[in-house]
Amino acid sequence: MDYLVQASYFAAAVLFIYGLKKMSSPSHARKGIVWAGVGMVIATLATYFHPSIHGFEKMILITIAMGLGGYLAWSSGKKVAMTDMPQMVALYNGLGGGAAALIAAVELIRQENMSQIVQILAVIGALIGTMAFSGSLVAYAKLQGIMRKTLRFPGQQLVNGITFLVTVILGLMIAFGGSDYSMFVLFVFFLLSLLFGAMMAVPIGGADMPVVISLFNALTGLAVGFEGYVLANPAMMIAGIVVGSAGTLLTQLMAKAMNRPISNVLFSNFGEASGEAQEVTGSMKEIEASDAAVMMAFAEKVIIVPGYGMAVAQAQHKIWELVKQLQERGVTVKFAIHPVAGRMPGHMNVLLAEAGVPYDIIYDLDEINEEFPTTDVTLVIGANDVVNPAARTDPNSPIHGMPILNADKSKNVIVIKRGKGKGFSGIENHLFFADNTRMLYGDAQQVANDLVSDIKEI
Amino acid sequence: MEGFVALYIFMLAAFTGYEVISKVPVILHTPLMSGSNFVHGIVLVGAMVALGHADTKLEMIIGFFAVLLAAGNAAGGYVVTERMLEMFKSSGDKKGDK
Repeated sequence: MDYLVQASYFAAAVLFIYGLKKMSSPSHARKGIVWAGVGMVIATLATYFHPSIHGFEKMILITIAMGLGGYLAWSSGKKVAMTDMPQMVALYNGLGGGAAALIAAVELIRQENMSQIVQILAVIGALIGTMAFSGSLVAYAKLQGIMRKTLRFPGQQLVNGITFLVTVILGLMIAFGGSDYSMFVLFVFFLLSLLFGAMMAVPIGGADMPVVISLFNALTGLAVGFEGYVLANPAMMIAGIVVGSAGTLLTQLMAKAMNRPISNVLFSNFGEASGEAQEVTGSMKEIEASDAAVMMAFAEKVIIVPGYGMAVAQAQHKIWELVKQLQERGVTVKFAIHPVAGRMPGHMNVLLAEAGVPYDIIYDLDEINEEFPTTDVTLVIGANDVVNPAARTDPNSPIHGMPILNADKSKNVIVIKRGKGKGFSGIENHLFFADNTRMLYGDAQQVANDLVSDIKEI
Repeated sequence: MEGFVALYIFMLAAFTGYEVISKVPVILHTPLMSGSNFVHGIVLVGAMVALGHADTKLEMIIGFFAVLLAAGNAAGGYVVTERMLEMFKSSGDKKGDK
């Protein structure tokens, strides 16, 4: 029987890696997750025959817990809107971290004789699993709008640092305490880990959240890998560490795309630029929807730059309709996606895919930036900082150095914007004042609607 | 398990994860984060073992919640990832076009 369990774990590990590999291209990405799912089912079923599971009652208990947790998560996952995806990923990730921490809790409470390495890894896994749990829940609460305030106070870093230090000292007491460490110390250790994870996430602003979620994802992976070693379970070790390293890479990629070193995201506030930002010259020039429609209808090439504002207004379906109208008139239309458009890298692609936009007319920053000078009209919808040329030209701007879409280099720019104010980050956008830019005010969905009907009339 | 064998497993798994992910295009980053989130749902088998060999009442309660949370991670991660990936279509692939 043990042979069967081990074989199934091997199969699961192979399927996980194969599945992740398959996800590297959109055309067969869905097969990838299905294969990974098959691996999960095989491993789960085989575990019922694991020699450590004693007795029939335990199997019943396991099934009840699994059914309950699985059902709740499955049904909430089915319902959630695509715009809310980032917080759901955070939530599910938190559950995984919590599970890894609780496994560690069971093993540490047993106080059996463990080898020194096992005991150390159990404690490390407990620490990062618990942190990932509470941190992810805070991230979820923030993105979901349950917790709106960004709590910051003087000396916060110091308080966090001390909390972490005390947690580590308690962890060392447990890790090297043989099999007679005090249960009280263990309890305080878990409590402080929980507190530290939450305190780490609380001061981080909404825009930086994706980086943090990705980081917690990587941490949960590590925790799972370490607890896998404690339980001598190679499937958990491999899957956990694969996710740990993949998540670390993903976190770096995201931070790089936002031009925010990870240490900056975690330990400082957004927009602490020194010096005065450059004065903006020129004025914002308005345009009517009907004129904008004519401009696009008679253009050869149009690039659309969508931002999260488009998704908030639920305008993506209308925009896709607009694109189809333009395509019928022979206009080449492309979408340009900034890595941080939406709430996490790739989120905008998901939202466009939901509206039915095929992925082969959607381009990355690197792929499309050279095309702006040969573009007749660039349509910016609900995007702001990612097209702000100040990132290239103004060394005092808080976003200086961030890679941007060079929308300002196209022949004409039309910006759909709800009002005249500054955006999400409060930084003045030089693009809006440029000579070749026209502002089209209004709700993105309404404006898109007007554009579609105006083009039909031409 | 032998300490060094485990170290080899950790090392190879780390490189595998890094290599597999480094080739993924930006457009798939969100589904991928969600997909890797699903993969660490394998913590479920560990939670099952933890509950399976729990002796005292306290251990059983903790183990029960471990399985509950882990199942939530696995099931939720799968549904969300699958829903996202299902929507990616190319223009040659017209059958799902609305």
